[in-house]
Amino acid sequence: MYNVSSKIVSKMSFAFIFLFLYIPIFIVIIFACNSSKSRCVFESFTLKWFSELFKDKIILEAFFNSLILALISAIIATVIGTLAALKITKLKKSKQNIFTGLNYIPIINSDVITGVSLMLFLKFFLNIFNKDFGFTTALIAHITITMPYVVLFVMPKIKQIEPNTLNAALDLGCSPNMLFFKIILPNIAPSIVGAFMMAFAISFDDFTISYFTVGDSFQTLPVLIYSMVRRRITPKINALFAIIFILVILILILINILNINSNKSKEI
Amino acid sequence: MKNFKHIIELKNISISFNKEVILENFNIKIKSGKFVTLLGPSGCGKSTILKIIAGLLKPDSGETIFNGENITNLPPYKRNINTVFQRYALFSHLNVFENIAFGLKIKNLPKDEIKERVLNILKTVNLKGFEKRKPFQLSGGQQQRVAIARALVNRPKLLLLDEPLSALDVNLKQEMQFELKEMQQNLNTTFVYVTHDQEEALTMSDFVVVMNEGEIQQIGTPQEIYNEPQNAFVADFIGQSNILNGTMVKDYRISFANEVFECVDKGFEKNQPVDLVIRPEDILIVPEGEGKFNGVVDTIVFKGAHFELEILARNIYWLVHTTKYYEKGKKVGLNFSPDDIHIMPKLFEQSTNIIKAVAVDEQTISFLDVEFKTNEFKLKANSKVKLIIPPKSISLVSTDSADLVLTLDSIIYKGSYNEMYFYYEDEDENDGYILVNSEYEEEVGTKLGLKFNFNEVKILN
Repeated sequence: MYNVSSKIVSKMSFAFIFLFLYIPIFIVIIFACNSSKSRCVFESFTLKWFSELFKDKIILEAFFNSLILALISAIIATVIGTLAALKITKLKKSKQNIFTGLNYIPIINSDVITGVSLMLFLKFFLNIFNKDFGFTTALIAHITITMPYVVLFVMPKIKQIEPNTLNAALDLGCSPNMLFFKIILPNIAPSIVGAFMMAFAISFDDFTISYFTVGDSFQTLPVLIYSMVRRRITPKINALFAIIFILVILILILINILNINSNKSKEI
Repeated sequence: MKNFKHIIELKNISISFNKEVILENFNIKIKSGKFVTLLGPSGCGKSTILKIIAGLLKPDSGETIFNGENITNLPPYKRNINTVFQRYALFSHLNVFENIAFGLKIKNLPKDEIKERVLNILKTVNLKGFEKRKPFQLSGGQQQRVAIARALVNRPKLLLLDEPLSALDVNLKQEMQFELKEMQQNLNTTFVYVTHDQEEALTMSDFVVVMNEGEIQQIGTPQEIYNEPQNAFVADFIGQSNILNGTMVKDYRISFANEVFECVDKGFEKNQPVDLVIRPEDILIVPEGEGKFNGVVDTIVFKGAHFELEILARNIYWLVHTTKYYEKGKKVGLNFSPDDIHIMPKLFEQSTNIIKAVAVDEQTISFLDVEFKTNEFKLKANSKVKLIIPPKSISLVSTDSADLVLTLDSIIYKGSYNEMYFYYEDEDENDGYILVNSEYEEEVGTKLGLKFNFNEVKILN
């Protein structure tokens, strides 16, 4: 009896979780195809919001701004973060703990606090050079917030490399300078790719930090959406969400297919 | 290149980690073309020696001579020496072919030659057709062969093997031992093999170097090591044995088990205390009254090829191997001939404990952080005295109720008790060993609590 009821409870809670996760997204997709501007009543099916979306230069510009910002900041954060992780793992155990702890603080810290402090910090330098907030400040801010995640993601993989593997490479004639490209990089490459994807995702959908550091001349998609929502949500935004959501799903499927393929080749 | 008689020579090598001395003024010469095994318990410094030869560790002082050339300061990647590491250390991101070709590619050899050499060595290690596999798709034995191939394909003059078979199961281990020995003979390369497994060392080696605590105990062929151990440590570490305390009464005469026996050794001082060993397979069981002395079968265990018996005779438990079954409790005679008794100088010269102490006041004596009262006679405050502490008066107790906690340095079973030596060092830098005779069996390197029976301690002015 207990078993049956507990099974039902666990099944129901499972269903609820997924309903709450996915129903809002489906509502957005459905209303992206609604011919009326109403947010409550579905009139008839249309794709006109999609075509209007592609005519809206402000939204498109913000989308590409976000894309470029996410891409560049993720690349730089991945490089710096990986180098930092390599350095940290070479330190003594006690120092390693200190730096790992320091790396955690920005991740745990409230985004608002990080955003405001970054704004104040950047403002100080902008005053010196007589410049204004814009792409550069946003880029610096995004690298700052994504880099700790890269360190966190790459470090365990570096630690997994057995010291004897490096000794074996040295023993076989590999010079210490070549060790990185011959052994370390190939071993941690999957984590680096993962870290890059995570940094990209964090940067692309970040609102709080961007809000304080982008200024007026440069607008990212989340900041733009925020300012639009304050006025009135247009079905164009729904259309944009639908596109992003479908893209995300496609990327996920792609990653899964790649994973399955690489697993297959491992089995034989 | 000229071939020297000794492929590798270590001269006065010293090295320590975190202030702990691993090797001190260590010297060894290894002959070209031989299979040499460094054998010893873990922590004896054997792997450190291998790393120094490979160049992965730099000694604090001393020289490494390789084929007549001083390579002390040469980095590992410039040495014509290759290593097979513990737990293989294969490159997990590369397949078998790429793993083996790693060293050759770095040397920028032509592609055809690399391919030919890799395929050839794969044949040697019986892994033809496995080129495309990744390391994790191989069994332990196969990974081991790849590791060996990866090292041998570079045609090193010297191959170092660091406990390469320790992760394999028994059957595979024996097979690989045979294959390794064969490979060494066919390639005519010097192999330096490190292991703590005495059977492995005896099976494969031309020479065995028995080590303990950074020092060589004995170098010899497997037969020499087994049949003529130089001290009780070697006798205890290699094979099973009966190790006993004895006294050389004079040349060719040794006293043990309350009797004087004929032996084949000479050259000791008169009445010098010695250790002696009789191997269990050298003792013959004869009908009661017909042997050197009589005893009673205490235990009998079937070991496949033989029975292993413990026979109590003259307060000593004798370990005996025989192919015949004897009932527990049966009275038998034990026999052995003079050349079955191997005599060795003692590892530690002391047979009791004489320790310097200070009288704190008239009735209190202090030594090594231990204080005790005595009523025997009056002492002068601050006067120096000596204590004689019989080994049997010290008992092993848990560390929190102990008078003194020390680390066990050596333990050898002497027929009816364990002879243990504990190293001590006091504030005035007096150091030495405390000898304890105990029935308990403990592992070397563990911290143990010692409790003294002060009634049995003798005080000398």
